Amino acid sequence: MNEGVLISYVVAAILFIFGIKMLGSASTARKGNLLSSVGMLIAIVATLTEANLDYQWIAVGIIIGALIGVVAAKRVEMTGMPELVALLNGFGGAASFLVGWAQYTAVYNNQEVNISYFEASVIFIAIFIGAITSSGSLIAWGKLSGKMGGSPITFSGQKVLNLVFIVGTFGLGVAFTILSAGASGPSILYAFLTLSLLLGVMLVIPIGGGDMPVVISLLNSLSGLAACAAGFVLGNVVLIVAGSLVGASGLILTVIMCKAMNRSLINVVLGGFGGSSSGSKELEGEMKPMNVADAFYVLEAANKVLFIPGYGMAVAQAQHVVRELSDLLENNGCEVGYAIHPVAGRMPGHMNVLLAEADVPYEQLLEMDAANAQLPLTDVAIVIGANDVVNPAAQEDPGSPIYGMPIINAHQAKTVFCLKRGQGTGFSGLQNQLFGMDNTRMVYGDAKSTIGSLVNEFKNTD
Amino acid sequence: MDPITLIFIFTLAVFLGFELISKVPSQLHTPLMSGSNAISGITVVGAIVLMQQGDNSLAPWIGLAALILATVNVVGGYLVTDRMLEMFKKKGDSK
Repeated sequence: MNEGVLISYVVAAILFIFGIKMLGSASTARKGNLLSSVGMLIAIVATLTEANLDYQWIAVGIIIGALIGVVAAKRVEMTGMPELVALLNGFGGAASFLVGWAQYTAVYNNQEVNISYFEASVIFIAIFIGAITSSGSLIAWGKLSGKMGGSPITFSGQKVLNLVFIVGTFGLGVAFTILSAGASGPSILYAFLTLSLLLGVMLVIPIGGGDMPVVISLLNSLSGLAACAAGFVLGNVVLIVAGSLVGASGLILTVIMCKAMNRSLINVVLGGFGGSSSGSKELEGEMKPMNVADAFYVLEAANKVLFIPGYGMAVAQAQHVVRELSDLLENNGCEVGYAIHPVAGRMPGHMNVLLAEADVPYEQLLEMDAANAQLPLTDVAIVIGANDVVNPAAQEDPGSPIYGMPIINAHQAKTVFCLKRGQGTGFSGLQNQLFGMDNTRMVYGDAKSTIGSLVNEFKNTD
Repeated sequence: MDPITLIFIFTLAVFLGFELISKVPSQLHTPLMSGSNAISGITVVGAIVLMQQGDNSLAPWIGLAALILATVNVVGGYLVTDRMLEMFKKKGDSK
């Protein structure tokens, strides 16, 4: 590697560092993203000056990849964002394990080069992390896009089987490190590649839809670490630096998500959640339904309304009609806001993206603490397809599996409307004590059509 | 470069990564994730290096597959992040 290339890598690394830093603040985020893309361009162009490259095929690869990338990025609906992020994570992970595999193939066939223990072990690590990331992301994509059920898939002996897989994979990794140059090297590689791919599937299938924000940010972190491991394989500094930056910052986001659910990372990954509703209480009080016309009269008289959106709003694609309703409420002299729980939806920041798409002003979006300060002064809290993030059992019932999780205190509003498709429980299978409270009214039906009817009621009175 | 130097660089970069982001407003969680995801597409550089002329092994072909996937990751990741941030920006201007 010549010095010019290395210097370009340093420049690229600096741009990545500033890029990530600036992505963390609203006023600089867009510029930060631009800076980091310039860094990427510099790294790629510098690498193209290396000797002996097969430019024709490189051009083919870049053109195909870029076309797919452009089409995917332009065509995706904001509601489809979690799936796209999952898929891109998976592609990054797959590319990294392929790099590990390809480098092994190249060195293995070149009899003059020895494979050191270090090189063999990092090839194993790159393939292990990359393969888990890619198959895990693919399952996450399947769950998020509805191509497979979102509910946890569990069976007895699952944890034991996972343990066997992990031990088996690492055993093969050790064998590979020692035997990589021998005749059995390639078959050991295929074996642990297959096991790692299976492990990725096994680790994500037991995770329920509500835990997806944690899983997506964890996979994001892993895709960075996979790139980093590929950097060790090739002895390439820019891969190591960029990959570990992404790995570390992704882990921070993962921790933020875990804190918002009051759960440890281990607890989420090992799936201690699904179906364990034994400790939760039955619903106290009864659900009191309300029709749209009555809901309208309450809203018309309200001075302060807070919307509390959840995944149900994304499913019903109700964000635009919600925005319309909030405009009408504002014209009616009412103060409107949106209370956003950090893990509402299926990925970190999901609700913010949807509401931004519907042109909801940024000032109206309240983070959890700010919203909780305002809820006692709120006339009507409208819960749209959110469930566990507004369940008071998290504060009051020590036996509840979600006890201790910070929630949005919807129940402190004078009146609570819960927009819900049916009478079932949320993803966790828990009874939501909010639904039975005296100040709660259930408005059944598809969220989009319910809000649409409210909008029509407002328009008809003008 | 020898393994120790690489591990040294890795360690420093991880610590830097942890320090880089402290408190991110939740509005930016998704763009931060997709933007850093695009950076993890840096594997594209590794894939390019593997596409050597005259290498008769499978390596350049596996490298080509890696190159396509990593390019999708890079291009798709940056563009979609920009699209999201543009959406946020629009409101910032109108207030």
